[in-house]
Amino acid sequence: MLDDKDRIFRNLYGLHDWGLEGARARGAWDGTKAILDKGRDWIVNEMKASGLRGRGGAGFPTGLKWSFMPKESDGRPHYLVVNADESEPGTCKDREILRHDPHLLVEGCLLASAAMGAHVCYVYVRGEFIREREHLQAAVDQAYEAKLIGKDNIHGYPFDLYVHHGAGAYICGEETALLESLEGKKGQPRLKPPFPANMGLYGCPTTVNNVESIAVAPDILRRGAAWFAGIGRQNNVGTKLFGISGHVNTPCVVEEAMGIPFRELIEKHGGGIRGGWDNLLAIIPGGASCPMIPAADCQDLIMDFDGTRAVKSSFGTAGVIVMDKSTDVIAAIARISYFFKHESCGQCTPCREGTGWMWRVLSRMVEGRAHKREIDMLLEVRPRSKATPSARWAMPRRGRSRG
Amino acid sequence: MSVRRLAPKELQPASFEFTAENLAWAKAQIAKYPAGRQASAVVPILWKVQEQHEGWVSEPAIRAVAELLDMPYIRVLEIATFYTMFQLQPVGKKAHVQVCGTTPCKLRGAGELIKVCQDRIHHDPFHVSADGNFSWEEVECLGACVNAPMVMIWKDTYEDLTLESFNKVLDGFASGNPPKPGPQNGRQHAAPITGPNVLKDVTAKDKV
Repeated sequence: MLDDKDRIFRNLYGLHDWGLEGARARGAWDGTKAILDKGRDWIVNEMKASGLRGRGGAGFPTGLKWSFMPKESDGRPHYLVVNADESEPGTCKDREILRHDPHLLVEGCLLASAAMGAHVCYVYVRGEFIREREHLQAAVDQAYEAKLIGKDNIHGYPFDLYVHHGAGAYICGEETALLESLEGKKGQPRLKPPFPANMGLYGCPTTVNNVESIAVAPDILRRGAAWFAGIGRQNNVGTKLFGISGHVNTPCVVEEAMGIPFRELIEKHGGGIRGGWDNLLAIIPGGASCPMIPAADCQDLIMDFDGTRAVKSSFGTAGVIVMDKSTDVIAAIARISYFFKHESCGQCTPCREGTGWMWRVLSRMVEGRAHKREIDMLLEVRPRSKATPSARWAMPRRGRSRG
Repeated sequence: MSVRRLAPKELQPASFEFTAENLAWAKAQIAKYPAGRQASAVVPILWKVQEQHEGWVSEPAIRAVAELLDMPYIRVLEIATFYTMFQLQPVGKKAHVQVCGTTPCKLRGAGELIKVCQDRIHHDPFHVSADGNFSWEEVECLGACVNAPMVMIWKDTYEDLTLESFNKVLDGFASGNPPKPGPQNGRQHAAPITGPNVLKDVTAKDKV
């Protein structure tokens, strides 16, 4: 089990003060100026060396992403946009950062912005996280008050941070849809290229990162890349927030080392599968868009990017949905397909029509009114609907482009 | 996609006017964005409008927002119908109950909660109960999967619900004494029900 001293989110359960004073006592805002003084190249290189891969689902190396931003401004401002729009069933873990450790995020925003020459950052919080948004806004206000951020702050890097929010649209977690939404439009993804690093928010160079990716940055820069890179296994390093939901005895969110065996995660933190290990039917490892893993493959499953890929699934955000043998697995999938039908933004025909089509077939399967050949038909149609810019359930793959 | 329409004419109020306080708040929101990008504030402002007007967004309110932000009416209408947290018809006075019905919540009994809503409020979602106090809908993931099943009422979430505790929550809203938000089974937020088994030694004072 990960040692407590290696945990970044030390107020994960909200047992302590989430405000500035409490955050400072836990180590936040310590030596921030010294890090900034080392310069943007040092920060980017340290982030690259840490091996941090984006925590929003796609696992793209965070330091590398930061390095894509233009080195010099051509007159257009640079923006950092933080994606706090986690809204895929099963994925949710950023909520705990927003409400219990918001200062880590605020500090991370400053450091990441400095690394990309951005002086303005927007945090896009999903609409449903109302109390979480209030905590974050309060933390931002405290940081302004203490002159930790702002146009004239003690760190000598002018920086404004704004909290923005959505109003219930899953698609806004896809980075270009998020930017559209932030510009006051319907959240419909843009075609890429141009990529946001060249033309993002308001047509300016923009990087979109996940909350967790940004919130772990201050600790990585304080403790050193080697510390972070020393946890987990090669290519899959660091600590990670895991969410365990569904049929376990004690569902929870916990910070653990990358590469923790699935069984250890469930037994130590999830309190075991309801009815015992043998009662496990299947899991969905990282949010509803990740392929299901049957129990047989869970025995030796390693919980990281490569471990889940080895069993033909994906790591997503590490929010595991556990299903025991009482589950009607077709009904569970049908409900997920309803989610995607409901949340399709309607821009591209294969997704807009296809998600509803798949939901109707799956619904008939739940009721036992489907034909056997429709199983093959579903398999055949699914890849075809991927023909749109990026689709998994024929939906834009939020994960691919998330930090 | 979800297809949503504005409420019929007979339900629409004659006009909408921002309160002075909300207008000042809206202007502060607009100031967050670069000059000429005031449209960025449309979602937060529509949200405020919904709060001001009994929990739903009316047609005159959409026009008022369009005028305030110098946007074409159709653009604001698009936003109001696209984002599903904007209620487009009247909701219950005491509580509009949003039940998360997606798979993680469903695995832990969200279906039962929906039956309670159907029995106690109205058989169909988006219909106000006979006394006008309650309405309900099934929503797509509220972001508290480890605290399933859960509902959201106004700004707060009520988590780790059972039939019994959910009925108590509804009773609380009916009598005007809503219970404390968060887990209804004594849990500490997202920690295991048996208590945190990590971070036990972290005190407010300890520093890395």
